[in-house]
Amino acid sequence: MSARVLVGVKRVIDYAVKIRVKPDRTGVVTDGVKHSMNPFCEIAVEEAVKLKEKKLVKEVVAVSCGPQQVQETIRTALAMGADRGIHVEVSGKDYETLGPLQVSKILAALAKKEQADLIILGKQAIDDDCNQTGQMTAALLDWPQRSPEDGTFASEVNIEADKLKVVREIDGGLETIKINLPAVVTADLRLNTPRYATLPNIMKAKKKKIANVKPADLGVDVSSRLEVLKVDEPPQRQAGVKVETVHDLVGKLKEAGRI
Amino acid sequence: MGIFQRFARIPLKSTYIWSLCRQYSTDLTAVDRALIQHRCVHNRGLGASPGNPGAAPPRLPFSRVTQEDLAFFRTLLPGRTITDPDLLKSSNVDWLKTVEVCPQGGNTGLVGGSVPVFDEIILSTSLMKQVITFDNISGILTCQAGCVLENLSNYLEERDFIMPLDLGAKGSCHIGGNVSTNAGGLRLLRYGSLRGTVLGLEVVLADGRILNCLATLRKDNTGYDLKQLFIGSEGTLGVITAVSILCPRKPKAVNVAFLGCSSFQQLLETFQCCRGMLGEILSAFEFLDASCMSLLEKHLKLTNPITESPFYIVIETAGSNATHDEEKLHKFLEEVMTSSLVTDGTVATEATKIKALWSLRERVTEALTHEGYTYKYDISLPVEKIYDLVQDMRGHLGDMAKNVVGYGHVGDGNLHLNITSPSKDPALLAAIEPYVYEWTSKWKGSISAEHGLGLKKRNYIYYSKPSEAVALMGSIKAMLDPKGILNPYKTLPDNIH
Repeated sequence: MSARVLVGVKRVIDYAVKIRVKPDRTGVVTDGVKHSMNPFCEIAVEEAVKLKEKKLVKEVVAVSCGPQQVQETIRTALAMGADRGIHVEVSGKDYETLGPLQVSKILAALAKKEQADLIILGKQAIDDDCNQTGQMTAALLDWPQRSPEDGTFASEVNIEADKLKVVREIDGGLETIKINLPAVVTADLRLNTPRYATLPNIMKAKKKKIANVKPADLGVDVSSRLEVLKVDEPPQRQAGVKVETVHDLVGKLKEAGRI
Repeated sequence: MGIFQRFARIPLKSTYIWSLCRQYSTDLTAVDRALIQHRCVHNRGLGASPGNPGAAPPRLPFSRVTQEDLAFFRTLLPGRTITDPDLLKSSNVDWLKTVEVCPQGGNTGLVGGSVPVFDEIILSTSLMKQVITFDNISGILTCQAGCVLENLSNYLEERDFIMPLDLGAKGSCHIGGNVSTNAGGLRLLRYGSLRGTVLGLEVVLADGRILNCLATLRKDNTGYDLKQLFIGSEGTLGVITAVSILCPRKPKAVNVAFLGCSSFQQLLETFQCCRGMLGEILSAFEFLDASCMSLLEKHLKLTNPITESPFYIVIETAGSNATHDEEKLHKFLEEVMTSSLVTDGTVATEATKIKALWSLRERVTEALTHEGYTYKYDISLPVEKIYDLVQDMRGHLGDMAKNVVGYGHVGDGNLHLNITSPSKDPALLAAIEPYVYEWTSKWKGSISAEHGLGLKKRNYIYYSKPSEAVALMGSIKAMLDPKGILNPYKTLPDNIH
């Protein structure tokens, strides 16, 4: 099989970090905050590597858009088994306003340039929860797009002949879908469990290539048509009141006119 | 009988007890809640026998608690006495002659030290959970003894500090209990024991006197260091009511590596390499064996992140600069991989992955509970000998035991040896004890590295301490608690010779 898979990976604030809004309310604090690969993207990488292990694809290419730091994220994908990486350099103001539309344009351009047969992306990113990039990329390329998970239980992704065969669990049993390649697949949480990158692979990953590319080289304009006006925290939960005895509880309820 | 009549009959010392309660009564949330619990004594007191030195001894001639005592407590501490008949039975003897007390924090001890044996009054610290002060320049925290360790950790983390100790029971254990048992835990390798990090204590003595040694000074060489007597005394010399402790800064970068080794010798060499290459940033070095891993997989459905190996190591680094630490860690990992000391491994820098790797070590105790009855031994040995004990026990017990596993703080020379059988088996117990203690004693180890002696191990003290030392301990106990009312039947052996 000579198929080539492009996997998009996004560097986001780590899932376990407590998010704080910047004092000027233009966004959230990202400086000095722990970042890691978007969990959905990890699942996408895992699926791509699995396909390679099943010998259904020949090469897995990991792509990320952003400043210098995203190279760490690409390295993680390489440590999980991707063959090479592409770093699309976007920094400063452009990075702050980078959204699904620009990323999907970049991915579409790269897919054509690299002659990819399959694009696997995470269904959504945990920072913006857009769930748009996969669909937009497919539309720009005029490729079919499928989420094997689609909110139901884990399934399989296989390549047979020139078609992508996807099996998913639905209420009544199993549904098997065949879609034409090339295609875009978006991975949801229960598709697989991403592997831990083991030390030998982490060492090997250091030697794998990451190519640098600018959006302009791909003919993509990354300016945004959206402007963030304000970012606020959700309203604070009001503290409850603790009482010592049942008497007190009844008293308080009476005071509040509840009984 | 009226309260004042009772007090009239009592010697002067009782007024100390009254004033103790007075002090706290101004602030209701700080008052000890006296749980009066009467236990049925019929099935107890069979006595420690040569074949079962861990069993409860016969009850000493203390008084028993009465309804009048209840009324007394109700007046003293309104709304804070529990008299639910399901929990309690009453009895009929005057109390203030000598009623014994069992201080209890989170009740997470593993040697029965925090549980009454007969009808000792449980003195619970669970309402004493205020943080008194925190100085964020010196990092000195002063708090009441009933603060839960995890809550203190959360409090400190918001202020960019951490507690100097961390253990699996953090969600329930109280700092007072930690100090009175000199708890060890996962960070001892880096921050040392409570004997170094505790700066001061407030202790209530057996006669009711309040000993206020709650200093917040890093250095104070004025006289004998009394707090060291109470640290690790398991509530037998005094009741700790407040603690001041030195807290380290929260590390900016934490990394965890999970490695596999094919032999214990290689594990030890990895440890030496680790000390050399990661020295100043090393904050934990723990191990578990293949049997532990299979139990984790079987009962808790955790996945092994690396290939199966006879031994697994959890290494944690904590430092102030992520890039520097990662560089050091990667150099170390490259070294141990290329020299084949380590057969496989993985690294985590993100919080979720770090938690997942730590849970492989922290949840072994939980996994063991699913195997039936567990016999737990907490032994300190010269580091090279640690796994020899596990292998020896396996050979010695043969088919009698279902599992014999070893894990623990190998960096501190501390093994947690656990043996399981489907249900409690006296024949197995007889095969294990005193064999395991004799083995430990032969290599000059400690029969209780961090769990303490409590009820279960009090009579084994001679395996690790000479008789002169134990005799002196007895004298100190007699001096501080002449009536023996503080946590009786614990820590010191039934017969001091």
